[in-house]
Amino acid sequence: MPDKYKPDYNVIVKWVEPGSRVLDVGCGEGSLLERLITEKNIRGVGVDKSPGNLNVCIAKGLNVIQVDLDIQKGLRDFPDKTFDYVILNDTLQALEHPLPVLLEMLRLGKKVIVGFPNFAHIVSRSYLFFQGKMPMSKTLPYMWYDTPNIHFMTINDFRNLCKEQKIKVLKEHYLGERFYNIPAFFANLFASEAVYLVNL
Amino acid sequence: MVLLSKIQEFKFDKLELESGEVLSPITIAYETYGNLNSDKSNAVLICHALSGDSHVAGKYSKDDKKAGWWDNLVGSGKAIDTDRYFVICSNILGGCRGSTGPSSVNPKTKKPYALDFPLITVGDIVNAQKKLIDHFGIKKLLCVTGGSMGGMQALQWAVCYPDSVRSVIPIATTSRLSAQGIAFNEVGRRAIMADPNFNNGNYYDSNPPSDGLAIARMVGHITYLSDESMHKKFGRQTQGEDKFKSKFDINFQVESYLRHQGLSFTQRFDANSYLYIAKAGDYFDLAETFGSLMKAFAGSKGVKFLVISFTSDWLFPSYQSWEIVKALKANSIPVSYRNMESSAGHDAFLLDDPQFDNIIGGFLSHA
Repeated sequence: MPDKYKPDYNVIVKWVEPGSRVLDVGCGEGSLLERLITEKNIRGVGVDKSPGNLNVCIAKGLNVIQVDLDIQKGLRDFPDKTFDYVILNDTLQALEHPLPVLLEMLRLGKKVIVGFPNFAHIVSRSYLFFQGKMPMSKTLPYMWYDTPNIHFMTINDFRNLCKEQKIKVLKEHYLGERFYNIPAFFANLFASEAVYLVNL
Repeated sequence: MVLLSKIQEFKFDKLELESGEVLSPITIAYETYGNLNSDKSNAVLICHALSGDSHVAGKYSKDDKKAGWWDNLVGSGKAIDTDRYFVICSNILGGCRGSTGPSSVNPKTKKPYALDFPLITVGDIVNAQKKLIDHFGIKKLLCVTGGSMGGMQALQWAVCYPDSVRSVIPIATTSRLSAQGIAFNEVGRRAIMADPNFNNGNYYDSNPPSDGLAIARMVGHITYLSDESMHKKFGRQTQGEDKFKSKFDINFQVESYLRHQGLSFTQRFDANSYLYIAKAGDYFDLAETFGSLMKAFAGSKGVKFLVISFTSDWLFPSYQSWEIVKALKANSIPVSYRNMESSAGHDAFLLDDPQFDNIIGGFLSHA
């Protein structure tokens, strides 16, 4: 399956209103932005720390901005609610300081979309339990020493964080490795990925 | 195959300058590459920096040793592909490479203008370029780009003629020259004006102030490099002279390089032009002209931007490009920004770098 049609992308593309202003934090090579532009006619901008990814995006005609400092400081100059949506897909767990970044994005965007791999997924749990090794799976395909994911979290962790920080959950969607819509009640155990639409 | 170009001239009656003075008549020297398509939508205007000229790429004849100053970027199959785009580069107003400047003859006195030439601005330079573009019948340029002072012109285009440009790529530039930049320009000007041959600018019948101009160029060159690039290029290498005998003669490689750069510059550049153009750079300040940088770009909503800076550029540091990006974003103007890793200093924009070529080529093909 090409990157472009990843199930989490399908959820995000469905949620974003046509014509919105979107910031994709950790945009990679821009495949989600491309879909949003084609399917939702958004005005999008991406940020990424990898110069190689930025080059690819610019060469594709996408708008991307290199932020040298910590992303949380780098976009401080942008006014409140500059964007209708800020997307933090598969990004939060790779940041050094996820919470300040999440809060900064809630300032920059009217709504924030957060997508992350669920570390409490049954496959990860049993991997750790039975093999005694850091879990690897389709959504977590890295060895412990070279993973970009430095802050593992679970769906319950994120739910608690939202409660603590008074972040409102507007929509939630849970994806399994085979099933693309898992009920919220079972999500922490059976979902490998979660996507949230939140605001303050 | 060698890309051949030749200098052409566009003459027009007059230009009202920002100072209120009227300059007349005016010649703009330019070169073009590639072909203008039938709907005139493939034109790219390249703006040169302080000491540049219209010879952006190619050679004047097959036997020419040196190609144009951005030959690595402009040409057949290159990032600014002359098989696809019609590339225009003109010598700026105030210059000495074919366009009207202080060395041109003042019709009133039949002698070179020298310091009677009116003070010009980046706005005037761009207004003269606009006349050239109108002359081609081009309604909308696909892109305006340039580095350093060429980048200032690109910004000026986006601000003053937003309906005439689809995209701009300001490179290694600023929306306002810093005190540091003005300071170095002033050292250059003082060197020229303190030269005994300067004669208040009236040196066209005698020896020009070559020493002063060479020193100005030497200072300039230092600011175009970086500590790291100078270390890599020259280190403390000498030409092997005995230090006690050679005393103050050239011995260090870096001395030799700077002297050579200074000297060769005097053979192709007019000292008065240097004074005028550097001053135009000093006074460039979009924020002051329009109240704020954000206001300056308020009318540029239809223009797409790619802003590029270089990490080791201390003459036009990256934060100055970031100011531009911020003001554009505040106006919801589409912009991409790359702060490219380089040790080459300000000159990095002139060097061959596949990454740089790729993003410019890619951006242009989507402009």
